[in-house]
Amino acid sequence: MQSDTSALALILTADPTLLAIVRLSLIVSLSAVAVAALIGLPLGALIALTRFRGREGVVVLLNALMGLPPVVVGLAVYLLLSRSGPLGPLGLLFTPAAMIAAQTILVTPIIAALARQTIEDLWTEYHDELTAMNVGPLHRIATLIWDGRFSLIVALLAGFGRAAAEVGAIIIVGGNIDGFTRTMTTAIALETSKGDLPLAIGLGAVLIAIVIVVNAFAWMLRRAGERLAR
Amino acid sequence: MLSRRLLVAIAAVALTSPVVAQEKSIVVASTTSTQDSGLFSYLLPIFKQKTGIDVKVVAQGTGQALDTARRGDADVVFVHAKAAEEKFLSDGFGVKRFPVMYNDFVLIGPKGDPAGIKGSKDIVASLKAIKDKAAPFISRGDRSGTHTAEIALWNVAGIDIEHDKGDWYKSIGQSMGAALNAASASDAYVLADRGTWLAFKNRGELVIAVEGDKRLFNQYGVMLINPDKHPAVKKQLGQQFIDWLVSPEGQNVIAGYKINGEQLFYPNAGSPDA
Amino acid sequence: MMRAPPSDLPIRFGDVTVSAGAVTVLDRVSLAIQPGAPTVLIGPNGAGKTTLLRLAMGLIPPSRGHVTWDGVAGVPPIKRAIVFQRPVMLRRSVAGNIRYALAAADIPRERHDARIAELLALVGLPDLASRPARRLSGGEQQRLALARALARDPTVLFLDEPTASLDPASTKAVEDIVRAIAARGIKVVMATHDLGEARRLAGDIVFLHRGRVVESGDAQAFFRSPQTGEAKTFIAGELLL
Repeated sequence: MQSDTSALALILTADPTLLAIVRLSLIVSLSAVAVAALIGLPLGALIALTRFRGREGVVVLLNALMGLPPVVVGLAVYLLLSRSGPLGPLGLLFTPAAMIAAQTILVTPIIAALARQTIEDLWTEYHDELTAMNVGPLHRIATLIWDGRFSLIVALLAGFGRAAAEVGAIIIVGGNIDGFTRTMTTAIALETSKGDLPLAIGLGAVLIAIVIVVNAFAWMLRRAGERLAR
Repeated sequence: MLSRRLLVAIAAVALTSPVVAQEKSIVVASTTSTQDSGLFSYLLPIFKQKTGIDVKVVAQGTGQALDTARRGDADVVFVHAKAAEEKFLSDGFGVKRFPVMYNDFVLIGPKGDPAGIKGSKDIVASLKAIKDKAAPFISRGDRSGTHTAEIALWNVAGIDIEHDKGDWYKSIGQSMGAALNAASASDAYVLADRGTWLAFKNRGELVIAVEGDKRLFNQYGVMLINPDKHPAVKKQLGQQFIDWLVSPEGQNVIAGYKINGEQLFYPNAGSPDA
Repeated sequence: MMRAPPSDLPIRFGDVTVSAGAVTVLDRVSLAIQPGAPTVLIGPNGAGKTTLLRLAMGLIPPSRGHVTWDGVAGVPPIKRAIVFQRPVMLRRSVAGNIRYALAAADIPRERHDARIAELLALVGLPDLASRPARRLSGGEQQRLALARALARDPTVLFLDEPTASLDPASTKAVEDIVRAIAARGIKVVMATHDLGEARRLAGDIVFLHRGRVVESGDAQAFFRSPQTGEAKTFIAGELLL
């Protein structure tokens, strides 16, 4: 990216470096949300629907983990993936895969905690009817997730918001390598550090616009879903 | 609906640039000064075109870069703190140190010059003046090459800055660019390398206060991380990069990097004692 | 694995007590619900009617005593259905709710559309198939809950005060449906605190007060000549404490 051009010029000319940065940001954050959803939705449902000793403690812990500091997660993942660390041989440090891993750790508690709350509330409401209809346990979970899908989508969007906005974790495990692990947030950090504040602010506006677009997309999906509801 | 999103994500990852490390690439741990000066953006595409090797630069402070190298998370380390580099070598983590280029540090300060040192060629006297007048001063405080140089200069001035500092001295623990931003925002003095200063855009009221003192000399060195300590180090590719940097071609490229017609770095691979 | 009996009737309560903490909700109830005309449970609020229905449905276990369906204990509620006092609509359309009940009852998918049309016609909601169920009025939701319960072709249908919060027109609609259901041979067991409704619908009466069955038997006989003081007081419309 030419540092003497404004963010607007970069957008209008579809500057390839800017596009690459945007694409990487989306890949990293969306992948993290996808993996976090695969783990967090069933986990949240499980905690919502089963009774076990220490359940309240688990719920409190899960809620607290929503506030995991990104830079701490970044440091922990760095030490794991470092060639001197236990997972070093995987060679994942300073790659987008490491960034996805770190963001997945940040996002999973958010999705799990919000899913737990949604599904627990819905279960309280549906409990009598589903029991009377003799619905089996797996089918129950599927019903709760499906009927609660709008609130669950909001949970996913909350997770995406967190991932797209953070810089502390991915700058440590990704290294902010030009053309390889540089995302919107790390690019903003870099341009700020180089003193090019107008460019940094411009990139910030682009980032916010992208997050709005993702939310609008989810909104359109919801409207389409409502229209198709049978 | 969830699975659709997952498939899109997987497809995107699979179809675009590889998510894990590529074959012909190396990781170079370097400093924020070299990054913020824009040298790598200029230099690396030329190297890639010649050799096809992707150089991935992780820019941290010198101290952090050497730590990264010690852990084996990089193939080559390229920093500017000779004493620290030589310790790195003697600890067995590096193969050999090659001097590459030099530039100088400059003392940046506000136009109003509260310490009354503008135009001086004596860095030691200037630092003494700053302390005596308790003029605001920003330190990088991050074990970087610049920070190491700053501490060494305080020592030459006979000042134990760790104990003798006051509220006027602010240690921020961040990169050169961040330090310049802080100095600009608080009208303070800060020691910077000339490369980053020339590339820096948020100057505000800052100007060069002191330059030209021989003690402001700033030497850059490059080392291959020792494959005996970290077998995963990409020996051949890393050495190729080092060889190119010190070759006449590479040295010319370094000399050719200019901002507003001013050269930032002076190649000196030919001076083995540098 | 026990084979489920062909019908769940008669439902027998053998000295059943249900306690919730220190409170006794049902007290040594022995009762048989036989096939035939509707059985109506009456009694003041808090008498234990809802608990009795839930026991008969198999939703809760007795604290003491036993419940059997055609002589077998622990029969899962495959041939039984219940409409709760405040039924919960699933977040789907009207047709979607019935479809869900059909799927839960393992009715083959090919039969769904026909069955949905049939049931909606029976409960008088034929034009509302694609309306989101949660946007129906109270009376409409009650009728949809009825359709949902009937989706599984139950032999026994439990109704917990189905007209309690309905206006007279909706009440009549629901009562007509109940009569139609009973006429098809489905055993209806209904709780109500509306004496008029009991008179209109009951074949048998079970009169509950404070968790105990005070009187039970043929409805006409009960209303003509109640045996106990509590029954007389209740039928006279006075407060029974």
